[in-house]
Amino acid sequence: MSVAVFLELENNEYKKSSIEALVYGSQLAQMMGIELVAMAFQASGNTDELGKYGAQSFIALGDTNHINADSAPTIISAASASVNATVIILSNSYTGKNLSPQIAVSSNASLATNVVSLPASANDFTVKRGVYSGKAFAYVTLNKSTKVLALTPNSFDIKENPQTCNISAYNGESANSKINVVSTDKVTGKVALTEAEVVVSGGRGLKGPENWGMVEEMADLMNGATACSKPVSDMEWRPHSEHVGQTGITIKPNLYIAIGISGAIQHLAGVSSSKIIVVINKDPEAPFFKAADYGIVGDAFEVVPKLISALKA
Amino acid sequence: MKVLVCMSVVPDTTTKIQFNSDKTELQKDGVQFIINPYDELAITKGLEIAEANNGTVTVIHVGPAENDPSIRKALSMGVNEAIRVNSIAYDAQFVAHEIAQHATEYDLILTGRESIDFNGGAVCGLLAAELGIPSVNVVTEIQYADGNCTMTRDIDGGRETVSCPTPCVASAQKDLCEPRIPNMRGIMAARTKPLNVVAASGAAEYSNISSFESPAPKSGVKMIDADNAEELINILKNDLKVI
Ligand SMILES: Cc1cc2nc3c(=O)[nH]c(=O)nc-3n(C[C@H](O)[C@H](O)[C@H](O)COP(=O)(O)OP(=O)(O)OC[C@H]3O[C@@H](n4cnc5c(N)ncnc54)[C@H](O)[C@@H]3O)c2cc1C
Ligand SMILES: Nc1ncnc2c1ncn2[C@@H]1O[C@H](COP(=O)(O)O)[C@@H](O)[C@H]1O
Repeated sequence: MSVAVFLELENNEYKKSSIEALVYGSQLAQMMGIELVAMAFQASGNTDELGKYGAQSFIALGDTNHINADSAPTIISAASASVNATVIILSNSYTGKNLSPQIAVSSNASLATNVVSLPASANDFTVKRGVYSGKAFAYVTLNKSTKVLALTPNSFDIKENPQTCNISAYNGESANSKINVVSTDKVTGKVALTEAEVVVSGGRGLKGPENWGMVEEMADLMNGATACSKPVSDMEWRPHSEHVGQTGITIKPNLYIAIGISGAIQHLAGVSSSKIIVVINKDPEAPFFKAADYGIVGDAFEVVPKLISALKA
Repeated sequence: MKVLVCMSVVPDTTTKIQFNSDKTELQKDGVQFIINPYDELAITKGLEIAEANNGTVTVIHVGPAENDPSIRKALSMGVNEAIRVNSIAYDAQFVAHEIAQHATEYDLILTGRESIDFNGGAVCGLLAAELGIPSVNVVTEIQYADGNCTMTRDIDGGRETVSCPTPCVASAQKDLCEPRIPNMRGIMAARTKPLNVVAASGAAEYSNISSFESPAPKSGVKMIDADNAEELINILKNDLKVI
């Protein structure tokens, strides 16, 4: 028996959220007293790094024409079955959200996405997962003997657990994919919002798209990503992929800085799990202050430049 | 050309989420229930595609009779007919399995990117895998022509465009369209459109929720004077070590 972890790569490096999944898998495998197996596509990947975080073996799944191809979940499922995996772990990225349900069906497994905790014990497979868009958590018990888990990024600290990691190749059949990629448009050189440890976010208080330079500068200085409130993306000041909240994306960075955002309940839903929340707003009555750890009452156009020069100092 | 849209019914986005005293159930008193916002987009896009291709749209919902007003709203948006599987929606796997029993005759099946209550984002992939057809999640654009869909989807750190033959399942992301608002004629017509209630075929065997938990409240905000804004950076760097 084993715990299997599927990893995603970006520019030939394992993504941070995938390493988190590996660390989770390593702790779970120890708890269950079974082996930890890592697997990935296109892996010229670095097995030393996998061993560092607890992988005892690595299965190179070979090249798939594309990670979102419809053959990908079948391959992951079959490779997991080949090592008798009882738990299959992925990151709850867009890719993970597409793969994990399909793997659950082909492995006849119970599925939990958006998972934020390890199970209570090896015998009680109950995990905590986010529900109601960040407004609550649910404890879910998975009943099938095989389980598929997709983990919320930034929910687990990365810890080392050095092991010797052996490589093997998976030689199973791979069916042709019906899904063909026509084109890909990746924003390169920027930290992905869902993976970012620091997020600087702007609202309608910033008055217009021309004022986002200081938001981006601040984010860059902290190696963070930028986000925005819903009206800001509705007015096309910022791309919709930056919209956080109940109907946008849910994030949980270590630090969330909200500038000129009032803190409506729908906005808070997407960001309230952030570890530290800083609010900058000229209105001392802004509801966001109630959800904040640190607050500055002031004009963004005066406060933010001061923060930028302090960051540069 | 037949489109099936999967629709969930969720607490309005302004709802303060609270649970009963043993934390096993949502407190529903005074909570208004609405069509899941992403499913409104899926319905609207389904209608646009069906209208352009001489097709029909069916919505399917797994839930109790108290959700019928939301189903009627979908019908008033222009949907032709509705199916309600009369059961509690135990989990995404149960829901997908129930929908799969009624989903074999459609060219295009749409879901929302996720339900804003359960947040599984799972029904699209589950349903596709059960039916053995392609799953394309978080789509912001769909072009349908001659049994083929060309779709743009969000991927981690960007977007991609894919094409696949129908039947297929896709999940609606913001930007797909603006939700259609029912007009008076639609509301009148909806009253007599078919809403077929069917029994569930399977049991909830995959998972169960033992309890809910509310997030720990913040301990209170510490204010920093705007004149000493730099102090914030010092705290973040040296005390909290988050940057
Ligand atoms: C169904 C539904 C879903 C929704 N989903 C989301 C969602 O997912 N995400 C989301 O964000 N919203 C969502 N909303 C919208 C939400 O209700 C609020 O309208 C929105 O969050 C407000 O955005 P804002 O804070 O940027 O703007 P405003 O509410 O206009 O607030 C602007 C703030 O900026 C401050 N300000 C102004 N000038 C300055 C200055 N010079 N310096 C500093 N501060 C300044 C003001 O004091 C004010 O607090 C949703 C609404 C609905 C109905
Ligand atoms: N009870 C339900 N009945 C019908 N469709 C549903 C139901 N629950 C979820 N769905 C569909 O599945 C999508 C994703 O839901 P979820 O996997 O719960 O996040 C929703 O946007 C709906 O399209």
